[in-house]
Amino acid sequence: MTYDAALLAYVSRLGDNALILGQRMVEVVAAYPELEEELANANFALDYIGQARMFYTYAGELEGKGRSEDDFAFLRDENEFCNCLLIEQPNGHFGDSVTKLVFFDAFYLSLLGALKGCKDARIAEIAARAEKEIRYHLRHNTQWIVRLGDGTAESHARVQGSVDSLWKYTGELFAPDVVDRTFADEYGGPDLEAIHDQWKTDVKTILDEATLTMPEDGWMAMGGKAGRHTEHFGYMIAEMQYLQRRHPGASW
Amino acid sequence: MYTQGLDQQGRPAAKPDALETAEQLAAFQQRVDAEEKIEAKDWMPEAYRRTLIRQMSQHAHSEIIGMQPEGNWLTRAPSLKRKAILLAKIQDEAGHGLYLYSAAETLGVSRDQMVADLLSGKAKYSSIFNYPTLTWADIGAIGWLVDGAAIMNQIPLCRCSYGPYARAMVRICKEESFHQRQGYDILVELCNGTKEQKAMAQDALDRWWWPSLMMFGPSDINSKHSAQSMAWKIKRFSNDELRQKFIDVTVPQAEFLGLRVPDDDLEHDAETGHYRHGEIDWQEFIDVLAGNGPCNQQRMAKRRKAHDDGAWVRDAASAYAAKQAARHAA
Repeated sequence: MTYDAALLAYVSRLGDNALILGQRMVEVVAAYPELEEELANANFALDYIGQARMFYTYAGELEGKGRSEDDFAFLRDENEFCNCLLIEQPNGHFGDSVTKLVFFDAFYLSLLGALKGCKDARIAEIAARAEKEIRYHLRHNTQWIVRLGDGTAESHARVQGSVDSLWKYTGELFAPDVVDRTFADEYGGPDLEAIHDQWKTDVKTILDEATLTMPEDGWMAMGGKAGRHTEHFGYMIAEMQYLQRRHPGASW
Repeated sequence: MYTQGLDQQGRPAAKPDALETAEQLAAFQQRVDAEEKIEAKDWMPEAYRRTLIRQMSQHAHSEIIGMQPEGNWLTRAPSLKRKAILLAKIQDEAGHGLYLYSAAETLGVSRDQMVADLLSGKAKYSSIFNYPTLTWADIGAIGWLVDGAAIMNQIPLCRCSYGPYARAMVRICKEESFHQRQGYDILVELCNGTKEQKAMAQDALDRWWWPSLMMFGPSDINSKHSAQSMAWKIKRFSNDELRQKFIDVTVPQAEFLGLRVPDDDLEHDAETGHYRHGEIDWQEFIDVLAGNGPCNQQRMAKRRKAHDDGAWVRDAASAYAAKQAARHAA
């Protein structure tokens, strides 16, 4: 893989993670358990969509073929999206959403922290901005997982179920592929092994405070980074893309 | 978003409380007439308080229910920019709801009670949100027409005699004006676009025009609460005055878009400078108010489900807070 190709793939993948997570979050707008959480969810989703736009715009520039942020979002097929499987999972209940966000945010925050210091100035700049947003998201969602874990017997059981069922999607976050390795070698990108160690420590602390049990690492689902998704993903993309697909070339 | 029509509905005007003296009522009216703001701790007639609770809570409920028809297009917004704008707008609506519930709480009613009244069907919300959003152009039409009509109602509310409501409205109006421009911008893009896009815009105007006019409430001759609300300076203009103002502003905007307003009787009266419009189908208004609009049941079912699904979460938060308090005390 050429360095340029790795850089483009890396940036576009960052955009995919942000967009797909944001898209999942907007599905539950107007269905949250409290008005304050409604505001928080919309606000956080807005941050992710904003980050996706910045990453895709940069990806389009790197590619140099005139593709816009919307071309990346709306005119690629399922297998061209390289987001991790964790964030494309259906929303489930509030505990599932919170757990998913804690797992992802704890990873993403460390990742952005490392990207701030990478050799690509544009990525570093976007990461510095995004890091502030994600730090707040993680704090907010951590408070919720603690409330649910250490709340009632019912909430404890439900959120422990979320932790157990989503755990198998966490391994992929830290499994480097050729894009990660090339980006790390050539652009001073993140060391995923170090980020994994940090993540385990952080997540253990959070789960302990929530009186939840951290699962043992077992079989881990992989494939998102290579464009092989879970079955849910196709429906999500079909819904998101339909207007652009139905009216090719139209401006909105 | 808000409809003045709301303050025309439901219970008959409250009768003055037996304990209120003529002197108190006169002194209160004098303050209102002098354009003094009435604050939460000031004395006020019970009927004034109840009118405001009804109007403000219905306004808040409308913001919350109004998130649904717009949220219907969040996952399908045709560009990332439009998706972000729509999401920010819906977040604003939630914020308005929060704001208005807080302002209403200053009158001695709890948010839990107001929400319970919404869920039980006792309290109303704006009828306009019982119409469906069928295409992307509807998101433009809601911004342009529904927010446009809401602004006509809300600008005078910034001078409402009740201070907390008036102050909340100042901020809400700023955001609503922004929403209205964004909605119009969606339609400008569609009307400058392909034949299909323009047809989508015309279809949206055809469906939203009359319900938007109904947002101003019944004609003045049939308006139940208007006189008292006017005297209390909760309301500043009559339903028909505001509706006329809206039509006069909006028809040229439709012309700019190259869209046809779906009213065969619409004509400009050169003498008065106003547009004369055709008959409004008040039976439709009454039907939708009575629960027989296209989406009444769907909107309420979704709100109730969200509330019920969240019960275990709210219970957990309360249990956790109690544990923390106990730990802190220990």
